[in-house]
Amino acid sequence: MSEMHHIAISTRALDLWYGSFQALRNINVSIKDGIITSLIGPSGCGKTTLLRCFNRVNERYGNVRTSGTIELLGKNIYDPDISLIELRKSVGMVFQRPNPLPISVYENVVFGLRIHATDGKPHRDELDAAVEKSLTEVGLWKDLKDRLHDRAVGLQLEQQQKLCIARLLPLKPEIILMDEPCSALDVEGTRGIEELMFALKGRYTIVIVTHNMAQARRASDECIFMLLGELIEHTRTGDLFLNPKNPKTAEYIEGRYG
Amino acid sequence: MTVAAIEPGKRFVRTRHVARKERQQSVAKWIFFSMTVAMIIPLVAIVAYLLWKAAPSLNWQFLVDVPKRGMREGGIWPAFTGTLYLVVISLAVSAPIGVLAAIYLNEYAKDNWLNRLINLAVINLAGVPSIVHALFGLGAFVYAAKLGYSILSASLTLAIMTLPVIIASTREALASVPMSFREACWNVGATRWQTIRSIVLPNSISGILTGVILQVSRAAGETAPIMFTGAVFFKAVEKGKLFSYGLDDQCMALSMHLYTVSTQVPNVKESIPFATAVVLLGTVLLVNVSAIGLRVWLRNRKKW
Repeated sequence: MSEMHHIAISTRALDLWYGSFQALRNINVSIKDGIITSLIGPSGCGKTTLLRCFNRVNERYGNVRTSGTIELLGKNIYDPDISLIELRKSVGMVFQRPNPLPISVYENVVFGLRIHATDGKPHRDELDAAVEKSLTEVGLWKDLKDRLHDRAVGLQLEQQQKLCIARLLPLKPEIILMDEPCSALDVEGTRGIEELMFALKGRYTIVIVTHNMAQARRASDECIFMLLGELIEHTRTGDLFLNPKNPKTAEYIEGRYG
Repeated sequence: MTVAAIEPGKRFVRTRHVARKERQQSVAKWIFFSMTVAMIIPLVAIVAYLLWKAAPSLNWQFLVDVPKRGMREGGIWPAFTGTLYLVVISLAVSAPIGVLAAIYLNEYAKDNWLNRLINLAVINLAGVPSIVHALFGLGAFVYAAKLGYSILSASLTLAIMTLPVIIASTREALASVPMSFREACWNVGATRWQTIRSIVLPNSISGILTGVILQVSRAAGETAPIMFTGAVFFKAVEKGKLFSYGLDDQCMALSMHLYTVSTQVPNVKESIPFATAVVLLGTVLLVNVSAIGLRVWLRNRKKW
């Protein structure tokens, strides 16, 4: 890895409460630009919560309170002049269950362009081009180019998940957040998504939450281990699995608890 | 060993204990079945009895004619159109308010004590007896708002009555749209309104409409609220004319007319009240069937 990585996401003293329950405790993390960073840890450790902080979508889930700062590409996303719409446009998310919208494949891909269109309707050619480009980028174009007007929810799960990634791309996001994107998929599907992650890496900063330690090991450049709302260790993936600094990390990756 | 201790021929056979459980199961099944039959019989009996008794009066003339000889003969046209007026106006008021309020409560409102209180109020309001709504309508619309005994007062009273149920059914329809669709929208930067318009509403519209249309039968059937606020025993209108009332007129209504001809007028031809009931039932049934048709049509267009 080159030493010239910029920082895509950095948090300072980030605390988060759901009501009176503190889900994140003093998180200070710097996630590098253009690489794949995985978030691991046992259930309830706050990894999904942390992921959802990065586009502030947490705030849509009810009684959430945060303190501290989160800087994305140098800008504090809690600044008063931040538009959540613009933020979420640049920081897309992929979910555990593929969640294509109940419309056609084509409409799913252009959904973002339609809702962000500034003046009038976007031009048909522009949309067609975006669909071809995005589906090509995720490797679906060949399979789906003749089925663009089929219902997206009728696709195979792997295709649905790739479509969910393709849906983000026309908006030219800088960061893609993935919340256990392979947990609903079989081995082939998981391989497909991981290969796609490798292909997208470099152009996009990818942060992936995973339950699957083997996946974190295979598919990420850096790895963050969290426990009970705290960040325990953050280092290069190889180092974290081979030479964990913290005994808690060592015990977790050995499978003593989980 | 235990495995060897049981003779192979004695394995898996029905013991006394098992036989008893099986008997209990079949008894339970018959109880549920007989209750289903007990529910269907009166339903069929009511409809059959109504049709049989109403038969002598059931014809087109009965529907479009005006009552004659002190309602002892003739038809029910003024009551029929009156009911149409009341139902259409009341739903024209309550449906938009109810649906939009439900959208706010379900899609925008945060889960705090105020909204829980509003929720509780809506649920309780849906259970308030119609006679209470009637009294409220009398005080609020007839007297306080000075609308007088009129179609408008009666319709507004019916609207107040149907509103909480429309809110509740709309919220249910909205809540049945999977959360994951909303998440997908939010995470590409859609505003709540864009999410609602492009995804939530198209996928809940059939449920919302069903809820609204089911209130037609309530609005058409209730007697107390309109009796207090704008329905009268008799009102002369032109035979067969659809728009025969003004908003500030009093009107006749099927439910009220049924009450009148069955209890208030002596020597009415026996088939008249029954025929009135059949028309009321038929109107409601027609609306419900079209609601089901609409729902099926919309569901087939639904894409997940």
